[in-house]
Amino acid sequence: MSGRTSGDVILDLQNISLRFGGVKALTDISFNVREHEIRAIIGPNGAGKSSMLNVINGVYHPQEGRIVFHGEERRKMEPHKAAAQGIARTFQNIALFKGMSVLDNIMTGRITKMHASFLEQAIHFGRARREELEHRQKVEEVIDFLEIQHIRKTPVGRLPYGLQKRVELARALAAEPTMLLLDEPMAGMNVEEKQDMCRFILDVNDQFGTTIVLIEHDMGVVMDISDRVVVLDYGKKIGDGTPDEVRSNPEVISAYLGVSH
Amino acid sequence: MPETAAPPSLDTFPRLLGHHALVRGGKTAMREKYLGIWQTWSWREVAERVGDLACGLAELGFRRGDNLAIVGDNRPRLYMAMAAAQSLGGVPVPLYQDAVADEMKFVLQDAGIRFALVEDQEQVDKLLEIKGELPALEHIVYDDSRGMRHYTQPFLHDIEELLGVGRVRQKDHPDFLASEIAVGRHDDVSVMLYTSGTTGRPKGVCLTHDAFISAARGGVAFDRLSADEEILSYLPMAWVGDHLFSFAQALVAGFAINCPESGETVMTDLREIGPTYYFAPPRVFENLLTQVTIRMEDAGRLKQRLYQYFMGVARRCGADILDGKPVSGSDRFLYALGSLLVIGPLKNVLGMSRIRIAYTAGAAIGPDLFRFYRSIGINLKQLYGQTETCAYVCLQPDGEIKLDSVGKPAPGVEVKIAENGEILVKGPMLLKEYYQRPDATAEAINAEGYFLTGDAGFFDDDGHLKIIDRAKDVGRLANGAMFAPNYIENKLKFFPYIKEAVAFGHQREMVCAFINIDIGAVGNWAERRGIAYSGFADLAAKVEVYQLIQGCVEEVNAQLVAEGMLADSQIHRFLVLHKELDPDDDELTRTRKVRRGFIAQKYAVLIDALYAGRSTQYIETQVRFEDGRTGKVAAEVQIRDAKTFPALRQTA
Repeated sequence: MSGRTSGDVILDLQNISLRFGGVKALTDISFNVREHEIRAIIGPNGAGKSSMLNVINGVYHPQEGRIVFHGEERRKMEPHKAAAQGIARTFQNIALFKGMSVLDNIMTGRITKMHASFLEQAIHFGRARREELEHRQKVEEVIDFLEIQHIRKTPVGRLPYGLQKRVELARALAAEPTMLLLDEPMAGMNVEEKQDMCRFILDVNDQFGTTIVLIEHDMGVVMDISDRVVVLDYGKKIGDGTPDEVRSNPEVISAYLGVSH
Repeated sequence: MPETAAPPSLDTFPRLLGHHALVRGGKTAMREKYLGIWQTWSWREVAERVGDLACGLAELGFRRGDNLAIVGDNRPRLYMAMAAAQSLGGVPVPLYQDAVADEMKFVLQDAGIRFALVEDQEQVDKLLEIKGELPALEHIVYDDSRGMRHYTQPFLHDIEELLGVGRVRQKDHPDFLASEIAVGRHDDVSVMLYTSGTTGRPKGVCLTHDAFISAARGGVAFDRLSADEEILSYLPMAWVGDHLFSFAQALVAGFAINCPESGETVMTDLREIGPTYYFAPPRVFENLLTQVTIRMEDAGRLKQRLYQYFMGVARRCGADILDGKPVSGSDRFLYALGSLLVIGPLKNVLGMSRIRIAYTAGAAIGPDLFRFYRSIGINLKQLYGQTETCAYVCLQPDGEIKLDSVGKPAPGVEVKIAENGEILVKGPMLLKEYYQRPDATAEAINAEGYFLTGDAGFFDDDGHLKIIDRAKDVGRLANGAMFAPNYIENKLKFFPYIKEAVAFGHQREMVCAFINIDIGAVGNWAERRGIAYSGFADLAAKVEVYQLIQGCVEEVNAQLVAEGMLADSQIHRFLVLHKELDPDDDELTRTRKVRRGFIAQKYAVLIDALYAGRSTQYIETQVRFEDGRTGKVAAEVQIRDAKTFPALRQTA
């Protein structure tokens, strides 16, 4: 990981608690994310990892706690605001338009950057036309970056799982995010696909300086590519630090990694 | 050889490039798809960039006589680099881009490479991995800067940086390049291509400007190629065929080459470009047909009926119409109708609507396959040649196509058959020598200047050359009957379900075979029958698959009996291999030819089991993954007996 440096704290989560009725999903969790770093959230099933991501981009609103993003303090995020401020994400269960081509799916990632009016777009004239060319250029750069030229025109539903995951990443990248939230980007992939995905995540982080927050089950992957790791268990934070620190934290070992094997 | 000799002003490739920049400067020379759009370079732009690149290389210290390693997919700037090296009197040495670092090491050491121009980070990483063992390597230039930001080694250069340096030098020394090109001689080595290493270690084949230009001129005249042809350049640059078609012929005739976006997009790119001149090994034609067959089986009933009917018409008269032979009026009408409804759209889907001439070589092509393409009006022809002869020995003339021959000797080439059946050739296209291997050169070229091809063959009554097998592969069964393994394997491989086959029988009492199933075709076949399988090994071991393959083997046996002379070569026992034969495991060469000796050694237990009459055999084999790691696969391989037929001992 030559030359990668983490900068200032850009996202600070303070004492976040989230309940669904009587179920405590997250309890008093605080951690921060620095600019340009790869930050992993790990934990056993039901530990509250996805909830945490949903809090960051405003899908869930925590009952308690504060979120400081780029120095601006607020009680909760809103999804559209999060998107407008440069937060993009992928989902644990792929959320793509199955009947649409890969190209069109990635194009939807540009939606927040489109300014032409509905009418202009409908008749494909003036500003709409100019914008479309610009967006297509950007989308093609992403396609080139993720090496998916060969499926450009293929409907997403016909693609194997690993490629769909890559298309989802492409759509998130098309939004030119400053922060990328990845919910289990490698779940269900074979070794080779995982290696590819790791490479792409590191490349994104390196080339565009994108801050990455990711949830992942594959411990090998997490320890290899993350700068810092947060460990959750039953909605509580039980560890936070570099991969090495987390690996040697006894609480983490007993809760998550289990007995050494 | 008057018809193939070039005038002095056009007798090296850099001079040819200069000529095209003058004569057709604005015309397209190269295209490459980038960011979804075909980018174009005219001859003038290509010549300019080649000049900049050459001057940039000179600035780095590249001198006359140096070798420039070129590693990567077909990229315009890599082709330009070849011409750039030649402009300075250097020799480009293209390497197979999918070779692992270890395999590259030998060639890089052997050629004494000081300068390498590679495509991207992947190739740079490979070179860095072995750089410690390459003391001669001084500079590495890369074409694609992606991922290269943190590489700080001073000997790494972005090609843009090199072009910039070259531009400055061009300005400061405007006469430098022209004088370098003027010094170049027609009998200088223009390129060094390494043999694939089917037999032992790779050897560097030194081919002169003369050799490649006469081979290209001969081919261009033979097929009346013009400056308006379009060709898709997608085969490895290190392969002699690509160098002949995409470099030598393109520079001689002045036509455009098109580089695909990536290896996986070739089919789409083919359709978009619609080449007029096309080259592909039989494997590619086979894959295309397999895909068509699979898709037709999934099509609706009406479409299937239409397809079958008109393909029947095409089989009956398509090839004759193509060859200009007499065909009845009703057939002509039906064929025209078929072209409108089925054949035309099919050709369009294949990207072959505009093809005027298509060639295949490298391995034998199945008669059904060959007939299929010719029947739909694609002028598919075979050629014969090897790296040492610029892939230019025999060509099939239009209208004189025979399925089982490779055609007549090409213009300017002399072919003769030695007493042991080996094919000997002589002509301007012959290699100058093997690089620093006078021993090998002396072995390959005899006292009268004939090159020993190592292939066994004979001329038929019409003067067409027929190839039987590699001269050294032709063996004898224990009873003395001739055993030509390639011949049998090719027959097997003509079935869409069989991807590879290896036949054994030399000095044995019977012929046995290994079969490798085609996962695409057999997988689809299994799906349609509701046979569940978990992967290659599982599918290969299915009883149903064995029955399917048994049918193929027995059909081959029937054919062999019908051919009389080879009745003894019927396959008595066979097995279906549990893993795919793979160049990464050294079982195939990079051009995907079977390495018989290596396989016999690696799978010795299986061969023993075949001949010992066992019905199953346990085997464990090592496999190498793409990233260089190794693993093991184990399987209990079943062995089956195939039905053989009594030989019809014909009189006469």
